[in-house]
Amino acid sequence: MLTYIVRRVLYSIPVLFLSTFLSFLFVSYAGNPLAQVRQNPRIPASTIHNLIIQNHLNYSVPMRYLFWLRDVFLHKFGHSLLNSEPIWPDITRTIGHTAQVILIAEGLAILIGIAVGIFSAIKQYSFFDYAFTSISFLGFAMPTFWLALLLQILFVDIYLKWHVRIFYTSGLNSGSTSSTWSIDRLQHIALPVMTLSIISFALYSRYMRASMLDVINSDYVRTARAKGLSEWRVIMRHVCRNALIPIVTIAALNLGGLLGGAIVTETVFTLDGIGYYFVNRLGTLDLYAVMAYLAVTSVIIIVFNLIADILYGYLDPRIRYD
Amino acid sequence: MTEPRPAVGESIPPVRQPTVDGTVPAPAGLVDATVNAGLELKIRSQWSYARTRFLRHRLAMIGLVGLVILFGAGAFANYIAPYSYSEIDLNNILHAPTTIGHHFFGTDEIGRDYFSRVIWGIRTSEEVGVSVAVVSSIIGLLFGAVSGYYSGWVDNILMRITDLVLTLPFLAILLTAAALLGQGSQWRISIILALLLWTGIARVVRGVFLSLREKEYVEAAKASGAGDMRIMFRHILPNTLGPVIVNGTLSVATAILVEAALSFLGFGIKPPTPSLGVLVNSGQTNPQQWWLTIFPGLTIVLIVLCINFVGDGLRDALDPQQRRVRA
Repeated sequence: MLTYIVRRVLYSIPVLFLSTFLSFLFVSYAGNPLAQVRQNPRIPASTIHNLIIQNHLNYSVPMRYLFWLRDVFLHKFGHSLLNSEPIWPDITRTIGHTAQVILIAEGLAILIGIAVGIFSAIKQYSFFDYAFTSISFLGFAMPTFWLALLLQILFVDIYLKWHVRIFYTSGLNSGSTSSTWSIDRLQHIALPVMTLSIISFALYSRYMRASMLDVINSDYVRTARAKGLSEWRVIMRHVCRNALIPIVTIAALNLGGLLGGAIVTETVFTLDGIGYYFVNRLGTLDLYAVMAYLAVTSVIIIVFNLIADILYGYLDPRIRYD
Repeated sequence: MTEPRPAVGESIPPVRQPTVDGTVPAPAGLVDATVNAGLELKIRSQWSYARTRFLRHRLAMIGLVGLVILFGAGAFANYIAPYSYSEIDLNNILHAPTTIGHHFFGTDEIGRDYFSRVIWGIRTSEEVGVSVAVVSSIIGLLFGAVSGYYSGWVDNILMRITDLVLTLPFLAILLTAAALLGQGSQWRISIILALLLWTGIARVVRGVFLSLREKEYVEAAKASGAGDMRIMFRHILPNTLGPVIVNGTLSVATAILVEAALSFLGFGIKPPTPSLGVLVNSGQTNPQQWWLTIFPGLTIVLIVLCINFVGDGLRDALDPQQRRVRA
């Protein structure tokens, strides 16, 4: 097991470098990092020349990747080319906000999704099952941005009609103070969390239902019933525990989807998260900031895939790694 | 299907010889005997079984009807839409839905008829969805076939690429590609989507090829001198058509959703081409005018829902292991 973990960690390091290298190649060949600067007539040619020298833009792209890597490790992603602001403080600030939203949403979706999945599987083809099957079909068909927009419009209307503020529809905090765990913050992030968890809930409830139905007809469950265990104990002890194992992988894979969903949701609710940061920087073609986002999110996804793989081996003793 | 015994006095029919295309013709005597006995002999292929299963799939039929209506409206947008998508009427700005003047979905901030814009938006979505699905299926089919059939280093490289794609933030890469190369053009966006969506189908096709290349009939084809191309495309490829059709159908929905998200964020298709994502975005700037958000969004949901129903029906129908017809 330990050798497996070590091997798996070592394997993900070249994957990480390769994926950042590929996105760097792509971004550098497809876009010109100085396009915005060159368009501005007030910036003299000498400044542009200095920018090129400072950022090693006169080198070939693979060499620039090496310089970029040096910047990543020594200067924390370096500076933006457009306004010479350091990138790292923005990333750390926004990623905290996004993490709060995504983790709450993921937690809620997993909890509710698993509960609904278990219940639908036990009462297969009941009214409850059909109702939640329809809801999850809707969840799969619903564009994230539309759901976010509907919630926003709904709560704006509630505020305008009855003047009660249940949830805020934009921003992260009212006023200039930033407090991570306050009622005010929770009121602000409630709608983004709701959007993301509704989308993920559809996924978890479907997978949990299918996975329960896989297990529920196996022989050892019949044995458990035959030896006279109560139905509750059979479901909770024998079926659920095995049905939950595939959910671990789904949860890790869904994280990438949630980061994508966060881009859209944060843009709709103008929430100062990393997705909104990315969209803004992409809009101004600030390519080094875009690269920083791609690299950071790749690391997050790879780390979570790693955790899921290791957990899977730990939870399912039938899987052997040697 | 038990074969009826030949009538008394008839000679026993000769041994049936398979024809060149592999079908076994029913012997003449048998057919006559069956027809004389008042029974009907019906030869049913796998495809006809699949068709029956599909036609009896209730949700799939609902989805198909819905899809025909929506895509039909999009395809004949120039006949159905009462106005052109860019006709400006400054006397009727942000008008709520009404039957007067056929503004069924109201008008937007410069008085363009929203119903017409949604219909034209369906057409854009449909063109993007179908072309992306076709192109990405073909790419995926070729890559999957080559890597599954030859395995070895080709397979290794392909699988590493698809692994790598899984570790990338998919929507962010798409947004970057669209922002840097898309230029707001519908066809550029479609090509970008197709080039990033083929890995799923490649994986499925590769799986089928890996399991079938060891089968006896492939060996027999090899022994009788068939080349690699013939074995790949004539003998193995037809077996992958089921999963490819299902995946292709579902990727129409994926492409439509992703294109809408790109256009909503402003990196996809740019005005004046009407796209459902752009239309929803104009709803965000006018939150008090609910119709600007509801109608295009609901259209996306309906299209995707119908495609998913049809895809599920196809999956149930094309899976030969499954004989049970679902209600």
